[in-house]
Amino acid sequence: MKRGEALLGCAGAAGAFAVCETLSRTGLVPSADLPPASEVLARAVELGGQAAFLDGVAATLQAWAGGLGLACALAVPLGLLLGSVPAANTAARVLIEFLRPVPSVALIPLVSLLLGSGTATTVTLVTYAAVWPILFNTVYGMGETDPVAKDTLRAFGFGRFAVVLRVALPSAAPFIAAGIRISAATALILAVATEILAGFGEGLGIFVAQAGTATDGTRDVLAGVVWAGLLGLVINSLLVGAERRLFPWTPDHRARRA
Amino acid sequence: MTAHMLHIDHLGHRYGVGPPVLADIQLTVPDGQLVTLVGPSGCGKSTLLRCVAGLTRPAEGRVTLDGEPVDRVPDRLGVVFQDYSRSLFPWLTVRDNVSLPLRRQGLGRARRHEEAALMLEQVGLAGTGKQHPWQLSGGMQQRVALARALAARPALLLMDEPFGALDAQTREDLEDLLLRLHREGGLTVLFVTHDIDESVYVGDRVVVLAPGPGHVRADLPVELPPVRDQIATRALPEFTELRAEVGRAVRPAGTATP
Repeated sequence: MKRGEALLGCAGAAGAFAVCETLSRTGLVPSADLPPASEVLARAVELGGQAAFLDGVAATLQAWAGGLGLACALAVPLGLLLGSVPAANTAARVLIEFLRPVPSVALIPLVSLLLGSGTATTVTLVTYAAVWPILFNTVYGMGETDPVAKDTLRAFGFGRFAVVLRVALPSAAPFIAAGIRISAATALILAVATEILAGFGEGLGIFVAQAGTATDGTRDVLAGVVWAGLLGLVINSLLVGAERRLFPWTPDHRARRA
Repeated sequence: MTAHMLHIDHLGHRYGVGPPVLADIQLTVPDGQLVTLVGPSGCGKSTLLRCVAGLTRPAEGRVTLDGEPVDRVPDRLGVVFQDYSRSLFPWLTVRDNVSLPLRRQGLGRARRHEEAALMLEQVGLAGTGKQHPWQLSGGMQQRVALARALAARPALLLMDEPFGALDAQTREDLEDLLLRLHREGGLTVLFVTHDIDESVYVGDRVVVLAPGPGHVRADLPVELPPVRDQIATRALPEFTELRAEVGRAVRPAGTATP
């Protein structure tokens, strides 16, 4: 990000902060419904010093990482298969188009019923939600493989499998990475949402759910939300940075460099 | 054992149920000859090259290379495509691009790197091995593609409008580089171009393909000294005469549209 962009971003955040603070301080919105932003932020910082809260965040991140990792392990090989064998793609299409529109959140009660309300449920739902963007981006990226690049490898005597491994996979890699980044955000939503609905145990979502039932818990709920947002922001920045380092040849990154 | 490196026998091709793109092509290329294949776009010259490379299976006739029928991509083939930016792999360094064909010959890593360095030196790119192709200029990238095509010591080098995307100066440099490599290494080359001047300057022999469906219209020996010079050779009366003759064959009187 350029320096000007960073400054504008900070200005936007400061503006939103000021609006929330003003709404609450002037009494336009009762402070029980919307505590002043400064208090929420102070509470969020305070939570960062509490071991119990941090353990909860760690538990959420663990479920998030487990689910996302599992989704990658499933979706990338499957995407490679569907992307390189047209018959497999056609055969799988109906099933995929049926499963994909089912909102993952709607599956929370079902999976909870089957697996109880522990880590297994969270990981399962995170995996389910995270599989789709990775799978679709992998298949799409495979389809975008340059025919000239494929012909080049074939002309040097390499076979079908080598073409998939040495050309299709690396040229699809930036698409796969973008899919993983999209999935990472969805996975975080699912991890927190599942915990909120489960309501007990350990995790950021549990913290938010329990604060929601306490009297005057709004401040804690919002502080939890700030943490969730922060996690999302950090994860996204890390992944964007990794993509830039790993795939310096993509037109986006080359333009940025120039 | 035959002295004819490449033999194309009654070759014809059509894509699917479309009109024929090549009909009854008859062509024999002796060992060590550089044959240029010139013709207007749509005359099937690239298709012919693909058939020779074993990338496209011809509908009729056959191709034999060194006495062996070509029914898949032959061993010891080098190919240079026009679009170097799509043909070189951006995720590999220049060195890894050049040494890629050697993987099929089971050479160890150290030997591959040695060979790659040697080839890069041959094309005037010593010391660029650790860079990535997209960090080089267009002309340098096409030199990398040429080094890669030569790395496996091909019996036959196929070039599909290799210099068509380069500016005039770079293109002349690369023509001279090819001529030098051909002279010194005794390379057998099939060189496709739509540029009449280039076909005469580079070739030992010019084969003119005409469209509708693609067939050989003229097969002309180039009687110019083997060591050529961009200024002096192009000024020779033999050069201008042959260029005119090729020009008339490419574009017979009455077919030119004003």
